[in-house]
Amino acid sequence: MARLLPDPTFYPSPRMAIEAPTETLAYVALLSSGENGMKDALGVVDTNPDSADYGTLVGRLDLPTAGNELHHFGWNACSSHLCAYAPNPHMERRYLVLPGTHSSRIHVIDTHPDPRSPRLAKVIEGEEVMAKTGYAAPHTVHCGPDGIYLNALGGPDGDGPGGIFMLDHETFEVRGAWERDRGPQHLAYDFWWHLGHEVMITSEWGTPNMVRGGVNPELLLAGKYGSALHVWDLRRRTHLQKLELGAEQQMVLELRPAHDPRRSYGFVGVVLSLKDLSSSIWTWYRDEQTGTWATRKVIEIPAEPADPSVLPPLLKGFGAVPPLVTDINLSLDDRFLYVSCWGTGELRQYDVSDPFEPRLVGSVHIGGIVRRTSHPKDADRPLNGAPQMVEISRDGQRVYITNSLYSPWDAQFYPDGIRGWMAKLDVKPGGGIAFDKEFLVEFEDGLVPHQVRLEGGDASSDSFCYSE
Amino acid sequence: MGWLFAVARGLQERDRRAIWRALGPLAVGHACAIAAAIVFVATVGRVAPLGFMRWMVAAILVLVGIDGLRRHRHVQLKGMRVSARELATWSFLMASAHGAGVMVLPFILGVAVPMPAGMSEHHAMSSVARSSGAATAGLVNVDAVAIVAPAVHTLGYLVATVVLALVVYERLGVRVLRRAWINFDLIWGVAMVGAGIFALVP
Repeated sequence: MARLLPDPTFYPSPRMAIEAPTETLAYVALLSSGENGMKDALGVVDTNPDSADYGTLVGRLDLPTAGNELHHFGWNACSSHLCAYAPNPHMERRYLVLPGTHSSRIHVIDTHPDPRSPRLAKVIEGEEVMAKTGYAAPHTVHCGPDGIYLNALGGPDGDGPGGIFMLDHETFEVRGAWERDRGPQHLAYDFWWHLGHEVMITSEWGTPNMVRGGVNPELLLAGKYGSALHVWDLRRRTHLQKLELGAEQQMVLELRPAHDPRRSYGFVGVVLSLKDLSSSIWTWYRDEQTGTWATRKVIEIPAEPADPSVLPPLLKGFGAVPPLVTDINLSLDDRFLYVSCWGTGELRQYDVSDPFEPRLVGSVHIGGIVRRTSHPKDADRPLNGAPQMVEISRDGQRVYITNSLYSPWDAQFYPDGIRGWMAKLDVKPGGGIAFDKEFLVEFEDGLVPHQVRLEGGDASSDSFCYSE
Repeated sequence: MGWLFAVARGLQERDRRAIWRALGPLAVGHACAIAAAIVFVATVGRVAPLGFMRWMVAAILVLVGIDGLRRHRHVQLKGMRVSARELATWSFLMASAHGAGVMVLPFILGVAVPMPAGMSEHHAMSSVARSSGAATAGLVNVDAVAIVAPAVHTLGYLVATVVLALVVYERLGVRVLRRAWINFDLIWGVAMVGAGIFALVP
């Protein structure tokens, strides 16, 4: 519905969004494999410290089905709707769009009128998505100025290429594949953009056939998983550049471009180096001299030696736990980069004021394949899973983490079965993170949490068109 | 919306000259839209009776107005770094789609229409239209109006665009968008329907 004034959760610049009020609710994707008749769900967690229900699940919308593999959902509208070139400022941030990576189904959920009791507004069946886009396994949602952008891991047959498609942000009609010329791009994982530079960046994981059965050691050791970034002309929808990180760099995942639309750099995490099982963070940037894009490795996190007897079968032969960096997130002031080490059970905080010289300024441990570190709320009880999805409040003062990665991988790396939890960290002003001792949400058996979205927006939900 | 695009370019490039560079193409596109509407009506007017013209213009205005009220449909630029030609084309389409050109037509047809508040760039039209409107029996004076109307209208548009862009860029900052960006589509849609009805008043 049209508003008379812009949605108050839209901010022209990231710096203004930092002044946004504290979120009182968080939405969490809850994944079910279908055991015991459970369905996938969207959980609502109270994040208001003044509330009696603080740090508890206060709402849950069960979807009609299970096994959708709900991944990186997002809003129908956000701050990008204030962009001058395609303004839609009077739309509401209201609907959450949940892509199901295994079912290709897309659920649209209405958070009005009661944000604590979201309602299912529309289901787009996987067949329709596949028929209209030629893609399957939708994974990530970003709200663009002119519509909802999603990406998909591959085609209906489970092979590549994966790519981008769009939904209408008012009617949720599937608009079709996005690319006009994909060049050499075949593998897909994440995407985001530099609106001010008219550039989209995409990353590479694997096709549905390469990831659905878990990590395939043969493909991995042969270096067949993704190892590159792709740069696109956002306006012309054409491929511009492939940025190869090296064949030993396997699985190039989360993309976090600088929020300031004037800046032309960003960060991407690589899960595994075949050389030494390390994970790494790379900075991509535009070379002002040539106008082309380039990458540089700026962080390397080593694997930790471990007793093979406590390792899952996949890792026994290596005698080490890889850090498995599988999510990263950048605060709205472009200052702090958070890095989830899902293998070793650590969340790291880097000061990336200089994007080429990150400084490690904070670290906490929780869970982990070997460590099984407990949460301070219950210091005697070991936890499994580890920091995976990480979301930052707009003011940068609170960080939320959940512990499930991707069902087939969860089973490989945590064969005892992940017990789902969500935790919260408080950020010290100059850097440094610590657990909020009161905040540990534990989900019932059979439901594991993935992406978190915060009420009104967060550090990975919005794009901005104005600098200050 | 041209003014906001100009502001965005200024901020992105950290250079107020980028605002001025955006203005030329915006003005050209706007002028062309109005000229095109007038030429269209003048051409049809040579063969069609005035009564038919009134009904046609009224129908177009009401339909465009209702469509604007029903959906957020905008002619959109594809990105922030478009060329001068794309910007002019966008300005042309934007002015056409939002009916700025069609809105001039009731005047040419000899009907004075009160302008909605807030559409200051269109105020300049009223006086021109009234003077020409009084003398218009049929479409005798259309040729003169076809030149004066787009010129005056575009000048008004340009002044409004420059003033808005500079005030926001230099003084207010884009923060003002949060509180002052009124949904003119809503108001504009109502105005269009109103103008359509007025076009039928003899």
